[in-house]
Amino acid sequence: MTGLWDIFVTAAFVDNMPLTLFLGLCTFLALSKRPEAAIGLGVAMTGVLGVTVPLNYLIYQGLLAPGAWAWMGLPELDLSYLALIAFIGVIAAAVQLLEMVLDRFFPKIHAAFGVFLPLLTVQCAILAGSLFMVERSYSFAESAAFGFGSGVGFAVAVAMLGAIRKRLSYAHLPEGLRGLGIAFILAGLMSLGFASFAQMAVAQ
Amino acid sequence: MPQAQTYWTTLTAPLIRQNPVTLQILGICSALAVTTSLATALTMSVSLTAVLTLAAGLVSMIRRHIPDAIRLIVQIVIVASLVIVIDQILQAYFAEISRALSVYVGLITTNCLVLGRTETYARHHPPLPAMVDAFGNGLGYSLILIVIGGLRELFGKGQLFGAQVLPLAETGGWFTPLSLMLLAPSAFFLLGLLVWAVRGLHPEQVEQPEHTPPLQKVPAE
Repeated sequence: MTGLWDIFVTAAFVDNMPLTLFLGLCTFLALSKRPEAAIGLGVAMTGVLGVTVPLNYLIYQGLLAPGAWAWMGLPELDLSYLALIAFIGVIAAAVQLLEMVLDRFFPKIHAAFGVFLPLLTVQCAILAGSLFMVERSYSFAESAAFGFGSGVGFAVAVAMLGAIRKRLSYAHLPEGLRGLGIAFILAGLMSLGFASFAQMAVAQ
Repeated sequence: MPQAQTYWTTLTAPLIRQNPVTLQILGICSALAVTTSLATALTMSVSLTAVLTLAAGLVSMIRRHIPDAIRLIVQIVIVASLVIVIDQILQAYFAEISRALSVYVGLITTNCLVLGRTETYARHHPPLPAMVDAFGNGLGYSLILIVIGGLRELFGKGQLFGAQVLPLAETGGWFTPLSLMLLAPSAFFLLGLLVWAVRGLHPEQVEQPEHTPPLQKVPAE
C-alpha cells in the first residue's frame, strides 16, 4: 500500500508533469490565463489520465508486450513498436467518451471547454503517462496510481499558474514580457518551488 | 522569379518572425525537456524536422481524399507511423542518444507543432509549398532548441557536444559549473528571456494587455 502512495505522491509533486518533466506545456500555458478554465482543464486531465493509463496497461500487457501471444504459440512475437498507435487510439476514444458524457450531463462545462476538449487527444502529458508506465514497468494498480497522481499534479500546477497570471494581468510589466514571456518565468519559479518536494523525498 | 521568392518567404518566415516556439506556443514541451545537452537537442531537432516535413508532404498529397470528420485521426496515424520509423532508426544506430531522449521521441506524435502545421497549412496547400513550410518551421524549432541546448550545456557543464570548452575549476581551470542550468527551472527562465529578446526585436508580437493597469504614482519629491 505504501508503494502505491509513494507512486502517487511522486507523480503528483516530485515528478510534476508540466513543471519538472515539461509535459503538456502547450495547453498548460494556453489555458492558464483564467483560473476557471485552468481548474476545468485540471479536472479533465485527471479524468483522462486516470482512465487511459490503466487501460493502456491492459492493452499493452495483453496484446503488445513481448511474449503476450505465447498462449497462441507465438512466444517470439513482439508488437511493442505498435504501442504508440494503440495508445493514441485509446486516448482518442477516451477523450471522445469524456466529451459525450460532459455534453449529456454537464452541458455548461462542455460549453466552457469548447474546441479545446478534442485537442486533449494530442496532449503530450496524456500520451507520456502511458509511455512512462511502459518504460517503468508498473503493475496494473501502480499504473492506476501513477495516472491519477500525474493528473492531480497537473491540476494543482495549472490552477496555481492560472491564479498567479490572473493577478499579474493587472501589473506593470515590460512590454516584451507580457503574456507568454512572464508565463515562462512564472513556470520557472514554480518549478524551483516544486524542486523542494524532491528534497522532501530524499529526506525521507 | 515570384514563385521562388514565395518559397523563400515561406521557408524563412518561421525562423524568427513567425517562430513556432516563441510566437505560436507550439512544441514547447520537447523544446525544454531535451535541451540539457547540445547532442540531444540536435537529434530531436533533426527527428522533428524530418517527421514534420514528411507528414506535411503526405497529408498534402492526400488532402482531397480525406473526409473532414476523420481528418484528425488520419493525420495522427500518419504522424505516428513516421515517428515509429524514426524511433526505430534512432534505437538501431544511436542507441545512447535514444536512451537519453527516453519517451520524448515518441512524444513527437503529439507535438502540437506537427499537428498544428498539417492542420493549418498542409491541408490547404499543394505538397511542395507544404513541405517548404514544414521544413521552415522545423528549422525555426531547431534554432530555439540549439540555442537553449547550447547555453545549458555550456554553462551547466562547460562542455559543447561533450567536449570540454571551458576549463573546470576542479581540474585547474577557472570555470565552476552552474548545475542549476541542467535542472528544469533554468530551461523555463531561458525560454522566457528568449521570448523577451525576440519580442524586443519585433515589437509587433507584444501581446495586448487584458487590463490597463492604473498609472503609477510619481513619488513626491
